[in-house]
Amino acid sequence: MTLLLETLKPYLLPLIRVLVVFLGISLIVAYLVYAERKILAHLQVRLGPMRVGPHGLLQPIADGLKLLLKEDIMPAGADKGVFLLAPVISVIAAFTAFSLIPFAPNFYITDVNVGLLFLIGISSLGILGIILGGWASNSHYPLLGALRSTAQLVSYEVALGFALVSALLLAGTLSMVAIVEAQQRQGVWFVFLQPVAFFILFVAAIAETNRNPFDLPEAESELVAGFHTEYSGFRFSLYFLAEYAAMILVSSIAVTLFLGGWLRPFARVRALDFLDFTPVAVLVLAAAWCFRECFRYPATREWRWQRLLLLGLGVGALGISAGLLLPARFLPGGGEGLPAFPALTAIQGVFWFMSKVFLFLFGFIWFRGTFPRYRFDQLMSLGWHFMIPVAIANVIFCSLAIVLSRQMGWGLPATLWLGTAATLLVAALLRREKA
Amino acid sequence: MMFAQGSFYVLAAVAVVSALLVITRRNPVHSAIYLIVTLLSVALLYLQLQAEFIAAVQIILYIGGIMVLFLFVIMLVKLDVALRQPPFNQQWWVAGAAALVLAVELVGVIYLGRGTAALPQAPPGSLQPNTELIGRTLYQNYMLPFEIASLLLLVAMVGAVLMARRKAS
Amino acid sequence: MVPTWHYLVLSAALLTIGIIGVLTRRNVIIILMSLELILNAVNINLVAFSRQLADVSGQIFAIFIITVAAAEAAVGLGILIAFFRNRDTVNADEIDLLKW
Repeated sequence: MTLLLETLKPYLLPLIRVLVVFLGISLIVAYLVYAERKILAHLQVRLGPMRVGPHGLLQPIADGLKLLLKEDIMPAGADKGVFLLAPVISVIAAFTAFSLIPFAPNFYITDVNVGLLFLIGISSLGILGIILGGWASNSHYPLLGALRSTAQLVSYEVALGFALVSALLLAGTLSMVAIVEAQQRQGVWFVFLQPVAFFILFVAAIAETNRNPFDLPEAESELVAGFHTEYSGFRFSLYFLAEYAAMILVSSIAVTLFLGGWLRPFARVRALDFLDFTPVAVLVLAAAWCFRECFRYPATREWRWQRLLLLGLGVGALGISAGLLLPARFLPGGGEGLPAFPALTAIQGVFWFMSKVFLFLFGFIWFRGTFPRYRFDQLMSLGWHFMIPVAIANVIFCSLAIVLSRQMGWGLPATLWLGTAATLLVAALLRREKA
Repeated sequence: MMFAQGSFYVLAAVAVVSALLVITRRNPVHSAIYLIVTLLSVALLYLQLQAEFIAAVQIILYIGGIMVLFLFVIMLVKLDVALRQPPFNQQWWVAGAAALVLAVELVGVIYLGRGTAALPQAPPGSLQPNTELIGRTLYQNYMLPFEIASLLLLVAMVGAVLMARRKAS
Repeated sequence: MVPTWHYLVLSAALLTIGIIGVLTRRNVIIILMSLELILNAVNINLVAFSRQLADVSGQIFAIFIITVAAAEAAVGLGILIAFFRNRDTVNADEIDLLKW
């Protein structure tokens, strides 16, 4: 038994991490759908899901159950094997890529020296799931959706790649952990040195995840539901899972490369160290909201479960924040060599990383509520005639700026901003030429 | 060590079997899927050979680029007729005989040269850090071939656009 | 440690399979895929020897070969689409007219 434990020991910790990441991402996906419905509803002055649980908080569970219980339909004339395989490819591609994301200095599954390349490679496998699923359905709309999706993904992958290159030039490494460490060393997030690249990455990320305003592959007014029209029940939910996981993935990549990954805002300014207590503040605020809602609900029998649930949530949030504030000297052994609040320090990285990711995701949802859908030729023209030339110009000017600042001893940020100005000039010229 | 060896034989077997399936399937989409399996297992073999960069390039370019292009074209081309026709041409037996001769020849050459190929392998970690080494070599020793390759890509791009374009009139 | 000649055998097998595919199949798409198999077989050799000799040049050549493969696939598929548009077939043995 001890021998078994000894042999398993090196695998145990990575295994736990894989499980935590997998379950965590699934949970976030479930509640991302809920958040999307809620935010869209509030943008349109509606309420959104309100019935299942307090403020519809249990809606994701109900949705999941509904999808699992639905009939699994296989269209006549579908290519059976490929039809079953395609959604699985999408999900595996989306979830495997998370193994390379550094959530915190003390929490990532693996870090390899070509990490970013592997990330792009694995996430580009997701296209295969879409195109195979659309083809295997043996139906017109899915095929059209799959063709559109492939053309779109392949086109915007070029712009995305060039946007990543300009961040890599600054970091000088392909390892995801080292990229964040480079931002820590240089004391500035790359978004402030490369705003154009960040913008291109953001737009390309929306296109890569088939989100509004670039959601042509599943444009409901034209193609029913695009490549997954013929999918139902469990298989549809697999596609759904993959799509939202891909959203979280591109946000994580953007956060790692441009927004300083797990770093706190102004990590260098000692005067702002009180920001380390933000997780506690957030939890206390959440608890306060729960208690307020609990007392606002009518004190009748049929609301009892909802009130109990809210009360439980509030107490739980308070409990966690109390745990975070557990001082080191109460730990066994007096907490020798530990920071003042060990639990709080341990979750700092993950907290900041996930907050930035959520900010990004909110941006995605906000865009969906704001912008009208592009036409397909507009989308392609935007990609090839504007995004890619600007991205290439940005890479050229950025590398030029780095070389100049090395040769002439100029300050790197100033030179890079000069390069950014040159890129913006190119972009303006491109716009004028088109008009 | 055992794991490394075992994984090599498993991956090699997967690669060969799915390569065989590539050339025997009637439906090009199935062929493409099996080709993707072959390419993936070859990429994993590169990883085993400590060539991470080539493995990543193989996945991005071959699977994410070339195979997607293949699938895209397969979907543009109507295949219903081709699916009902015989998949092999009439001179398949000549080709088979030639391939057999080639296989014998290759095995003979490998057998004769096994002494060279059995030289001691470089110690692990001798090609690290892989990406930096490739970058330096590519941009210092192989600058001209690199530029020629980019020219080749440009020519191919222009050619592909010209080929696939509809006649203007 | 897997001896290098095992990689050579794998590469030879893939090469032979690829050549059989090119010579026997009628569908041009599958012929192009078999070409990719052949190029991959060469790459396995190059990377295996690069490992054995601890020389990164082999991997550089593999990169060039992948470049050539991408160019070849793009041009080949372009020709295929042009041909399909004119003759409505993708069979190699029906490409038998010198002038259209």
